Amino acid sequence: MTIAADTPRRKRPFWTIERRDAAAGYAFIAPQLIGIVTFVLFPLGLVFYYSLHEWNVLANTFNYVGAANYQMLLADKALPQVLLSSAVFSAGLVVLNMSLALLLAVLLDQKLKGITLFRTLFFSPVVVSLVAWTIVWSFLLQNNGGINGLLQLIGVEGPNWLRTPTTAMISVIVVQVFKNVGLNMILFLAALQGVPRELYEAARVDGAGRFKQFRRITLPLISPTILLTSIITIVGSLQVFAQIAVLTQGGPGMTTTVLVYYLYQQAFQFHFFGYGSTLSILLFVIVALLTFVQWQMRKRIVFYEN
Amino acid sequence: MKISQLKTTAAVAGILLPLAWSGTAWAQDAVNLRMTIWSANEAHLAMFNEIAEGFKATHPNVTVSFEPLPFDSYTTTLTTQIAGGNPPDLAWILETTAADFVNSGALAPLTDAFTATEGYDIADVSEQATALWTKDGQLYAYPFSTSPFAIFVNNDVIKAAGAKTPAELIAEDAWTWDNAFASAAAVGQSGKTGLVLRDFKYQVWQNMASIWNGWGASPWSADGKTCTFTDKAMVDAMTAIHKAIFTDKAMPGPGEDIDFFAGETGMTITQISRASLLPKENPFDWDLVPLPAGPVGHYAVVGQAGVGAFAASPNAATAVEFLAYMTNPENSQKLAQFFPPARASLLNAETLASTNPLLSAEQIDNVVIDGISTGSVLPGHTNFAQIQQTVRSSLDSLWVADADIPAVLQSVCDSVGPLLAR
Repeated sequence: MTIAADTPRRKRPFWTIERRDAAAGYAFIAPQLIGIVTFVLFPLGLVFYYSLHEWNVLANTFNYVGAANYQMLLADKALPQVLLSSAVFSAGLVVLNMSLALLLAVLLDQKLKGITLFRTLFFSPVVVSLVAWTIVWSFLLQNNGGINGLLQLIGVEGPNWLRTPTTAMISVIVVQVFKNVGLNMILFLAALQGVPRELYEAARVDGAGRFKQFRRITLPLISPTILLTSIITIVGSLQVFAQIAVLTQGGPGMTTTVLVYYLYQQAFQFHFFGYGSTLSILLFVIVALLTFVQWQMRKRIVFYEN
Repeated sequence: MKISQLKTTAAVAGILLPLAWSGTAWAQDAVNLRMTIWSANEAHLAMFNEIAEGFKATHPNVTVSFEPLPFDSYTTTLTTQIAGGNPPDLAWILETTAADFVNSGALAPLTDAFTATEGYDIADVSEQATALWTKDGQLYAYPFSTSPFAIFVNNDVIKAAGAKTPAELIAEDAWTWDNAFASAAAVGQSGKTGLVLRDFKYQVWQNMASIWNGWGASPWSADGKTCTFTDKAMVDAMTAIHKAIFTDKAMPGPGEDIDFFAGETGMTITQISRASLLPKENPFDWDLVPLPAGPVGHYAVVGQAGVGAFAASPNAATAVEFLAYMTNPENSQKLAQFFPPARASLLNAETLASTNPLLSAEQIDNVVIDGISTGSVLPGHTNFAQIQQTVRSSLDSLWVADADIPAVLQSVCDSVGPLLAR
């Protein structure tokens, strides 16, 4: 200690190399960080704050009610049906979307003349405006609409697609799958093209058939992409809104009232902003849990080369 | 800072500061009022802009802008604007949500301001029309449109199907729902569409009041506390409607979106303000007749629209002043060309004939004047949005061919009962 005190003090510059590096680093992430804080974390905090209040927009009252909205959530008789509809929608969407995307990717992973045209064709719905896409489908799915018109040509009496519980759910799922399957398809296609060709050659030499090659080589090697797409698809499926609002308005009955649509009704149609906020906290917890579980599963089922 | 930078900064400041200065000076005097409306009809907008220009003569600093919002999501958009801290100064309000707005305290009281306005003559405004918009003797929104439900007829389509036209039935004193449905069924079975309940779309069930009121049915008791969907009158009315849709094909089924004014439909039930939609090119032989008589006899139903000023707006006083100007006797006459008036002095054949050149004297007498003076307003309730949605959701099971009507109506009461009793 004494030695240190005796040595002549040298003024250390404030901007050491480490500090300069750190400052540069923070400066680089600042735009993103500011964006996340302003547009994600702050609203998230606000939603939680609102969920503890009863907010009457018309009367302009905003009162603290503690956990009352959360108690209402537990007692809400409509909620089980809403969660069931959400689960059916998500399950149907994920299974159909992923399998169709993979099938298309395998079919399009070939060196053929004009294959780019097909890839573009299948991808194009992704860049179409969601609402425009859904409105066109709503015309097609009407009882006297295009699809039943086509069915009539071959002598089949089509169902009233958007008005029958089962077909209404199938319709919203299929419309959503067709809209977004191209995105997963492109991701799968990129993953498929990253699989080393020599592995297939070696497998062929060992006498593996096409199906076995797919199961033992392709699937494991593209499993990181499968995980990624499944997370994106599930999270996206839980946030579906426009399709429901345009096609069914949650009907018939409550069969297609998924959580986000129910939340919208409570907050914006019935003006229960406090309860709507509580429902969005529930949605946040569900999405976070599902993502966590999937992320944990990656250790078991996802294959990493290194 | 380099000299060049300094120069640039000074130059930019030199341009911006005076601009900002003049901007604030201008903002101090000027009042911009914004009114949300649900009509995007150009003729309507032109008339409102004309009235706003007229107000400028006495209030040169006031500019009124009209913001059309889509009708289907009108109230939702309006309340979202309010929740977002960006409320309009004035807004149109639907009769179904009148109770919510009037009781909430969101609207500025109007009676005193109207009484104090010279030449306003508030006694001329019929009490029947203002009942829905009044609380404790104070008017909170002015019913600028009291529009009767009536039936527009396409005689070409009905005659082509070999059915009797409403005019013929009226002449025989046989204009009843039974005969109206029969004519519609003849059209429906000929491959065209018989009768469309406009804007209903198997969602806006309150529009069925234009039919079920003929049976004396109503969705809830007069005090709004008890569900009456299970009453005999309602069961009978719904049975008749269900039969017209699924057995007789007199009305289009769910999921079929058909516009009467396209010219391929026999009849449509809608408000007379829709006369502006009649085609100007390739017109068909149209008629306008009152609603047919039901089992309880002759009846009429009106839809109302009110316009109110928001109390919380910093310009609330000016907004109320503008409202007094917009609905004074002179401007009410202008409004009357599109929106049937609530002023007794305007409810006569001469005035209405000059403002509604499309309609014949007989149509004005039978449909407009009779409808406004005897009609009951569409059902409304506090917390209407949730009640509407709950009933809609339960009624969905009624719209299948083999529905058990009394059971479905019982399920409606089971689900909506607790909401009404609150």
